[in-house]
Amino acid sequence: MEPRPSVIQTRLKDVNRVIAVASGKGGVGKSMVASNLALSLAKQGKKVGLLDLDLYGPSSHLILGFNPDGFPDEEHGIIPQEIHDIKFMSLVYFSEDKPGAFRGDDVTNIILELLAITRWDDLDYLILDLPPGIGDETLDVISYIPQTEFLVVTTPSKVAFGAVEKLLKILIEGKLPLLGVIENMTRDSSEYISKKVSKLNVSYLGYLSYDAQVEDAIGDPLKLLETNLSKDILKVSKKL
Amino acid sequence: MHEWALAESVIKSSIAAAEKENLKKITEINIRLGELQQIANDIFKFALNELVETYSDKFQDVKINIETEETELQCKQCNHTWQFKDMKNKLSADEAEAIHFIPEVAFVHTRCPKCGSPDFLIVKGRGVSVSSIKGIKE
Repeated sequence: MEPRPSVIQTRLKDVNRVIAVASGKGGVGKSMVASNLALSLAKQGKKVGLLDLDLYGPSSHLILGFNPDGFPDEEHGIIPQEIHDIKFMSLVYFSEDKPGAFRGDDVTNIILELLAITRWDDLDYLILDLPPGIGDETLDVISYIPQTEFLVVTTPSKVAFGAVEKLLKILIEGKLPLLGVIENMTRDSSEYISKKVSKLNVSYLGYLSYDAQVEDAIGDPLKLLETNLSKDILKVSKKL
Repeated sequence: MHEWALAESVIKSSIAAAEKENLKKITEINIRLGELQQIANDIFKFALNELVETYSDKFQDVKINIETEETELQCKQCNHTWQFKDMKNKLSADEAEAIHFIPEVAFVHTRCPKCGSPDFLIVKGRGVSVSSIKGIKE
C-alpha cells in the first residue's frame, strides 16, 4: 500500500487556494508567470507558496535569484525557505541543479514525496509551476490535489495555441477548475487567442505585453516587480 | 526530522484501510522500508509510536513490524543490475542526504556503474510502503 497520498490533504489543509500555472506548450513563460504571480500576490500582503514541479528543467529559482544553500529545515516534515516572502519548494534543494533523467513512475514518486513531506502551513495561495503538456506532473496534480485551479498560459502563436487548446479541452472534459487563459509575450494586438478561448467558453484573463526588460531582471525579484510584465500580472492577479 | 511526515502517512493510510475493511481496531502494521531512502529505523519507530498515541482509539496493542528491503537498480541501457550499498560509499554526504529526502535524486547524483547511463530503474527498495495491516472487526 502506498501511504503518501493519505497525508497530502493534511499538508494542504490550511492552504486556501491552489493555482497551477500550466500550458500545453513549452517556452510560453509559465515559470515567469508563476514566479511573478507569486511575487505580486506576496507584495499585496497575501501568504504565498510556490512549488516548482518542472522536474527536468526547474527555473523558478533562477527567476527568483535563489541558489539553495543546504537542505530545507526539518520539523515534522520539511519547511520551505522564504524568498521575498514566498515559501519556496523545488527539487533544486536536493539536485544541486544537476540534470536527472526521470521516467513516469519516478516523476510521480518525486511529486508524492514533495507533497507528503512539505509543510506549507497557512497560505492564501499555493502556486504550482507545472512543466508543459498533459503528462505525469499535470495528471498527478489533478489526481492528488483535485482542488487545483488551472491558470493556462499561451503565447499569441497559432502553433502554441494548437497545443494549449488540447490542454484546455482535457481540463474542460474533466470538469476541472479552470480560471482562464493568459496570453503572454504579446507584441501586436490581435484577437486570435481571445476569440479561440471564448469559443471554448473559457475566460480570457488578458494579455501580458512582450517586455524586453524582463530578461535583464531575471534573478532580481525587486527589478522584476518594476517591469511592465509585473504590472500586467498584477492586473491579472486581481481577476483571480 | 522529516521521517515524522512519512510515519504520519503510514498511520493515516492504515487507518483509512482499516475503515474500508470495517476493522474497529488495528492490531498490526507491517512496513517495508526501502534501503535507498536510508530511513533510521529507531527515529521512524519513535514517530510511529507517538502517532499511535495520538490516534489511540484506532489501535489496540498494535505490533509494528519494520522490514528493510535491499535496493536493486537496473540499467535500462545495458541491463546491468546493482545494489544501493554498492554505490553508497561513492556518494558525498550531501548527495546521500539528498537521496534520503527524495530517493529519485539518485537519478541526478548517480549513474549506471557499468555504462554510465543516467537511465536506470529502481527495481525495488525505494522508500516507505505498508505491506499489510491486521485488525479486529468486533
